[in-house]
Amino acid sequence: MAQDDEESVAATDSAVEVSTPQEFSPGTAVVASDAFANPGLPPRHERVTDLDPKKERTAARRVSGLFYLSIAGTIFAIIAYIIFPIEPGAANGDSVRRNTMFLGIGLSVALLGIGIGAVYWAKTLMSNEEVSENRHHTRGSDETRAAAVEIFKVSNEESGFGRRTLIRRTLIGALAVSPLPAVVMLRDLAPAADPVKLLSHTLWKEGTRLTRDPTGTPIKASDVTLGSVFHVIPEGLGESEDKLEEKAKAAVLLMRLKPEDLHEQEDRKDWSYQGIVAYSKICTHVGCPVALYEQQSHHLLCPCHQSQFDVTNHCEVIFGPAKRPLPQLPISVDAEGYLVAQSDFHEPVGPSFWERS
Amino acid sequence: MRNNTATKLRHGRSSNRRSPLATVALLTIGLMATGGAYALFTSTASAETSSASQATVQEGQKLFAANCATCHGISAQGTKEGPSLYGVGAASVDFQVGTGRMPLAMQGPQAEQKPPQFTQEQIDAIASYVASLAPGPAVPDEKYLQGNGNVAAGAELFRINCAMCHNVAAAGGALTEGKFAPGLTGVSAKHVYEAMITGPQSMPVFSDLNLTPQQKADIISALRYNQENASPGGFDLGSLGPVSEGLFIWIFGLGAIVGVTVWLSARAN
Amino acid sequence: MTVTTRPAPATASKGSRFTGAAANYIDERTSMSGLVKELGRKIFPDHWSFMLGEVALYSFVAILLSGTFLTFFFDPTMTQVQYNGTFVPMKGLDMSAAYSSTLNISFDIRGGLLMRQVHHWAALLFVAAIGLHMLRIFFTGAFRKPRELNWVIGFVLFILAMAEGFTGYSLPDDLLSGNGLRIIDGMLKGLPVVGTWTSYLLFGGEFPGSVIVPRLFSLHILLLPAILVAALGIHLVLVVVNKHTQFAGPGRTNDNVVGDPILPVFAGKAGGFFFIVFGVIVLIASFFTINPIWNYGPYDPSPISAGTQPDWYIGFADGALRLVPPGLEFVLWGHTWSFNILIPMIVLGLFIVLVAIYPFIEAWITGDKREHHLADRPRNAPTRTAIGAAGVTFYAVLWAGAGSDLIATHFALSIEGVTHTLQALVFLGPIIAYLVTKRACLALQKKDREIALHGFESGRIVRLPGGEFIEVHEQLDDYEKWKLVSFSEYKPLMIRPDAQGRIGAGQRFRARLSRWFFEDRIAPVTSTDVERLRDHHYRRAISFRTR
Repeated sequence: MAQDDEESVAATDSAVEVSTPQEFSPGTAVVASDAFANPGLPPRHERVTDLDPKKERTAARRVSGLFYLSIAGTIFAIIAYIIFPIEPGAANGDSVRRNTMFLGIGLSVALLGIGIGAVYWAKTLMSNEEVSENRHHTRGSDETRAAAVEIFKVSNEESGFGRRTLIRRTLIGALAVSPLPAVVMLRDLAPAADPVKLLSHTLWKEGTRLTRDPTGTPIKASDVTLGSVFHVIPEGLGESEDKLEEKAKAAVLLMRLKPEDLHEQEDRKDWSYQGIVAYSKICTHVGCPVALYEQQSHHLLCPCHQSQFDVTNHCEVIFGPAKRPLPQLPISVDAEGYLVAQSDFHEPVGPSFWERS
Repeated sequence: MRNNTATKLRHGRSSNRRSPLATVALLTIGLMATGGAYALFTSTASAETSSASQATVQEGQKLFAANCATCHGISAQGTKEGPSLYGVGAASVDFQVGTGRMPLAMQGPQAEQKPPQFTQEQIDAIASYVASLAPGPAVPDEKYLQGNGNVAAGAELFRINCAMCHNVAAAGGALTEGKFAPGLTGVSAKHVYEAMITGPQSMPVFSDLNLTPQQKADIISALRYNQENASPGGFDLGSLGPVSEGLFIWIFGLGAIVGVTVWLSARAN
Repeated sequence: MTVTTRPAPATASKGSRFTGAAANYIDERTSMSGLVKELGRKIFPDHWSFMLGEVALYSFVAILLSGTFLTFFFDPTMTQVQYNGTFVPMKGLDMSAAYSSTLNISFDIRGGLLMRQVHHWAALLFVAAIGLHMLRIFFTGAFRKPRELNWVIGFVLFILAMAEGFTGYSLPDDLLSGNGLRIIDGMLKGLPVVGTWTSYLLFGGEFPGSVIVPRLFSLHILLLPAILVAALGIHLVLVVVNKHTQFAGPGRTNDNVVGDPILPVFAGKAGGFFFIVFGVIVLIASFFTINPIWNYGPYDPSPISAGTQPDWYIGFADGALRLVPPGLEFVLWGHTWSFNILIPMIVLGLFIVLVAIYPFIEAWITGDKREHHLADRPRNAPTRTAIGAAGVTFYAVLWAGAGSDLIATHFALSIEGVTHTLQALVFLGPIIAYLVTKRACLALQKKDREIALHGFESGRIVRLPGGEFIEVHEQLDDYEKWKLVSFSEYKPLMIRPDAQGRIGAGQRFRARLSRWFFEDRIAPVTSTDVERLRDHHYRRAISFRTR
């Protein structure tokens, strides 16, 4: 930057000057002594606008025409803002679309008019003579560097930074530890409660009715017909203070299969009810809702990363990045025939975490 | 494979422990409960089916024997190639044949929509024949197909029950093993309703006990709202989400701008 | 050339008198004339690919302007409100204030939807332009000394742009962004030791909590842009200090820079280009929907949409999560190790670090300490170009992975097949791309050499007196020839024992890398070659120098 000796040289043969002698190692580069000589800049190319005054006038008219167009675009944008308002009231999508489109057209014409006009001006009417400028090594000159070193030396002597080791070391130490409060102060980003405990429990407990998402109406076992799937939330979720947080853990899929299609483990046989099974909807990979149920293959698919779970086999993973099966919610029916949870999930739902096992 | 055998073994053990009669009894109770519930909730609509004349049923039987029996069996009992149609109801026939999925053109991951092969009258005839075999979901009542339900409620139900497969903008999406959930643009309200109550192919059944007829009507209204109101932002690029947006900006956005840079740095004539 | 500080001549028009007076006023208070003298006639070389960084810069300006407009109306809180705006399908729903105000911007503020779309399209273009700009720098070797540091700063800008993009994507609190955050939450929880707490602190409790939107908003409009603007400033200052690279050509050497002066031609072109880029963005925004949040609905942990994907620049990470092989999660020493999350993160981390430090690796291998101001033609650095192609392929496969479901539905394939194919391609694709690109570069170099030595085939067939037919080769003119011969080659490093007569492992490794880089190479045509050809009719189609 601070090189005052830079001069812009009109492009002629003088542009090609002999390379400065090698100051830096070329490494393994082959420096050929018999390389071709640089032929220098080719002669300047004359444009039609340089040769023909009529063409030049046309070009100038085009440029100002484009700028006029831009003004027209600006005016149109302002008018469009007023004459294509968003109509208040229902189903105003069309008016939003008109407003967006016409305002946008006005603005883009205004911008493109200036832009294309300026570039066209620069290309056709401004000088097209290529100019050459010399480069200099980025490295400061020896004198500059010596001066800089001198400044550091003087300031070192004046401050005693190098000499007074205790001061220097304590300063470095103090600086090094000073950001620590900022780290500590991040603690209250979250409440005091232990996340591991929270992650291990959901709203489900013994006797909680399974209800439809989003209406919250309870589900009778007889409602769940063969091949159907219910998106389920626990009863009372709507009244919960942390509705979304609880829903993010408690969302459940309820499906009915033919009992003979279910291959249930001995100890989990009574977790289902007449072929009705309930599984956590939260993927064990990174937590997307695994909501795609194929009633013929009895497979569940996660739309985010394509993990697939086999409902007939306790939702074991049959494809994709997830490892663990979806946790099963043990269910039964209450006296009125409504489906209820037997307990909470027997393991934390959702993505794995360090303290999980 | 290993899993399969293991679970089969478990299954074998369990049936030894419990009396086989108990399974049969449970099954019967379950089936009766489901069937009864179906009958109860679809009774309004099935009145229409029962009034279908014997002639129509016979006409349907002929069409069935000529076009469907190869796979579904001469009395719709099912064969290796096609499932039994007992209890699938008129709605199922109307959907499958009315959207051209049946008769199946070729074996594939799933039956695909194509121009229907029969007139609506013929479809109705086959439907009444199949409905006469065993009770099943009937063709829906017109009043649920008008699209005058609660759009907001329908849109929410759609997001919870349908969007995971069909995409929030009903543009469709992928399922496993080459199957896919089709886009719903241009699908008639009747066929959408029938698909919900019959659960064609991979799609789960959304019986009236899961989504009431009114809720289904709301979903249909929300779908209609979406179809009738073009995206306020302009062309929707297939409503496929960020992937199509990313491709668009790379190909057309950056493409156009690179074109400008070439013009800008080219020497003028 | 410089602003005049003398009183204007009496004959000057009113306009120029005013300009002169204003310039004088400013200079007397700011020494602006020095800056104008310094920079006003700085030279900027002309090549289309040199404009890509500007595209990024100008999109960023568009982002700042439209983003400021959006902040006037956006409410970055997660307070639950009932929506009673004009958009029918959301009427009466409970939603966060963030989502509700985004709906209001879209449906109640004139030009609000336009600005939202300008902001989002410009953001996509911003990151895309940075990506393309980085590819240009890489493939032309413009990252070599003295520009290594600026490469690193540019890399930081790329990361910041992605962070800006992701935080912005999460702000509307719709179903898509909420599920994106859910994935972030799941990934954070997969980190060993600190994962659970990192997620817990970030979300201010359990996911989704009620603070993530305001927190991301602070990052999105305050911290990240501040760092971005600072890094951008340094980036541009270094461009001025180092001056722009140029392609080799007649009259262009490593010691000069040839092109248009900033005032007036370059200012005209670049200034106009800003308006064009902005105009194209607005044009796209006025015709094409982006992120139709009204389809997605408010965030709710239970629903999800088919085709839930991040914006394109995060796609490679999402693809890596999809393509990781199955079953990689273990319980070891009483803790859960989620390698199905860790492996993608480690692989991507390594990839990104390699990108950041590549200039230093290449400099170490060549040992070249000279300054390089001439951009390489990609073919003249075959191994680097091949490495770049392999990297692009790797990235592209991961990127395609993020769209595996859409690839499956649109090409009637099974999602399992697509996933398995892409899993194989993550490994095979880069290798194939490397080999093909390297061979292609060498072939192109051979062709260049051939043409420089023998000229090009003119298509004119001549019958010699002896009856022989030959095709006349026409020689290139000096300018054309210079473009083909002006590059430098490197030879593989010779292992030499050090002062103690030993050969260290580092030296050995460096020699091996150097051999890998430079074993196959085509030397530029030299004047000796031409003379030999001329004097002795020394005919050899190509010389593969292996020293």
